Amino acid sequence: MSDLAWIDAALTAARPQALGALLRYFRDLDSAEEAFQDACLRALRTWPDKGPPRDPAAWLIMVGRNAGIDQTRRRARQTPLPDEELISDLDDAEAAAAERMDGADYRDDVLRLLFICCHPDLPATQQIAVALRIVSGLSVKQIARAFLVGESAMEQRITRAKARIAGAGVPFEPPGPVERAERLAAVATMIYLVFNEGYSSIDNAAPDRAPLSDEAIRLARLLLRLFPAEPELMGLAALMLLQHARTPARFDAAGAVVLLKDQDRRLWNPRMIAEGLALVDKAMRHRRPGPYQVQAAIAALHARAARPQDTDWAQIDRLYATLERLRPSPVVTLNRAVAVSKVAGAAAALALVEPLEDRLGGYFYFFGLKGALLDQLGRVEEARACFDRAIALAHTPAEAAHIRMHLDRLAPPPPEISDCPLPGR
Amino acid sequence: MLYAILCYDHEDVVWSWSKEKEAAVTADLGAVQTRLAEAGRLGPVARLLPTTAATTVRKSREQLVIDGPFAETKEQLLGFYVVDCTDLEQAIETAKELARANEGEGSYEIRPLALYKPAPGPFQ
Repeated sequence: MSDLAWIDAALTAARPQALGALLRYFRDLDSAEEAFQDACLRALRTWPDKGPPRDPAAWLIMVGRNAGIDQTRRRARQTPLPDEELISDLDDAEAAAAERMDGADYRDDVLRLLFICCHPDLPATQQIAVALRIVSGLSVKQIARAFLVGESAMEQRITRAKARIAGAGVPFEPPGPVERAERLAAVATMIYLVFNEGYSSIDNAAPDRAPLSDEAIRLARLLLRLFPAEPELMGLAALMLLQHARTPARFDAAGAVVLLKDQDRRLWNPRMIAEGLALVDKAMRHRRPGPYQVQAAIAALHARAARPQDTDWAQIDRLYATLERLRPSPVVTLNRAVAVSKVAGAAAALALVEPLEDRLGGYFYFFGLKGALLDQLGRVEEARACFDRAIALAHTPAEAAHIRMHLDRLAPPPPEISDCPLPGR
Repeated sequence: MLYAILCYDHEDVVWSWSKEKEAAVTADLGAVQTRLAEAGRLGPVARLLPTTAATTVRKSREQLVIDGPFAETKEQLLGFYVVDCTDLEQAIETAKELARANEGEGSYEIRPLALYKPAPGPFQ
């Protein structure tokens, strides 16, 4: 790897730790980002000659903190009334910092940095955008491209979100166990949002979003290294790895969706699957099931099946039943219906699906599945109506094309029906 | 004399390589491995999954099982086994068996393999 590429990768890897620590010292996101930026510039100047430091994050924190203090002092000299109190605070922080370079305290720094992006007042897309900017360090341009909006619009959105975060006050006191668990849960949700933002739209419409899934996995691995005994974090990382492993097989050359059962399993990424399965294995030992672990266990059963007909649908049905208890949602029941259709047939699945229509009447997958079940039961006209509604609700051309394929596969309407004059005509 | 060559790098960087980068490195390393194999000098080759997939069994303290990699700095890497296990549970049992046979202060770190190439043939 060239020097610059290596430095770039090392800076990206060290960013959450370094920025998280600088945020703790300066207690202000803008100052921390500025200090981190200074430290990165210095790294680019000195690392190529002197070689990279043994611990890039520690180096960046030290250099960033000194740069930040210089900045504050310069500003203090320029203003008529120097803020002595602020400077002495920083000196205290410096002394404390020297003792803290062993990394044990990083975990709450990184968690805090991620947690402030999960502000409940921010809509999900803004949480994602601001996390990608602050924690991952993606450029505004990259983020704008991922969200298919203009750069200045995204700049404004991120600036507003950051102002909101600053206004809310960043929690600096070390979290207690309950609070830490709450922060971890909020952060896990946000990381999964980032993942899905990339995963749900990897198609011809938005190729620039694909890296978001990789980034989410990177953040989950980072958290897992800091909190190695959290089974839900293992589950989250495993779930994303097992889903992402299938990405090369999810779309055909024309960009159309390829369903799980039709995917060429040789295209699945074997290393991501190996890592995902290892993490599921690790999580299970804790016997503390949670939603991410159960979803990962379901993904693991798909990953373990060499052929679609080898899938253990009975176990998947049981796992979805567990998930329904842990996190009741009509979408979970809808997914369970797929497993039920394999184990107990389309009629049993349809009985599970039909009561969901009130709540999922605007959901593409609901009509896609209901149509497929009706089709299996030979109720072709009702299936056709469902597929028509699914097309109307499709978000991407790939989704619509997939349903159209189902429609084309339906038996043609019998002539006596199609020849009938429609009522009222 | 047989030598083990242990590979160290920043796993975060290496596991974020693009597919192209990954393929290029694999090809370059493969060329070296082929030369070694042709000279009858190559033993088994293994690549470990990231440390996040690791579990550690302490030899002392009632064979405590800890999530994550071996983290102490006062002990050194002394050797390794490659064992086929049905799951992590069996791997842990195997490590405990080794621990009972060789009681002491150390640990066994269990790391699933991402890749395993058996020795292409006997050493020459």
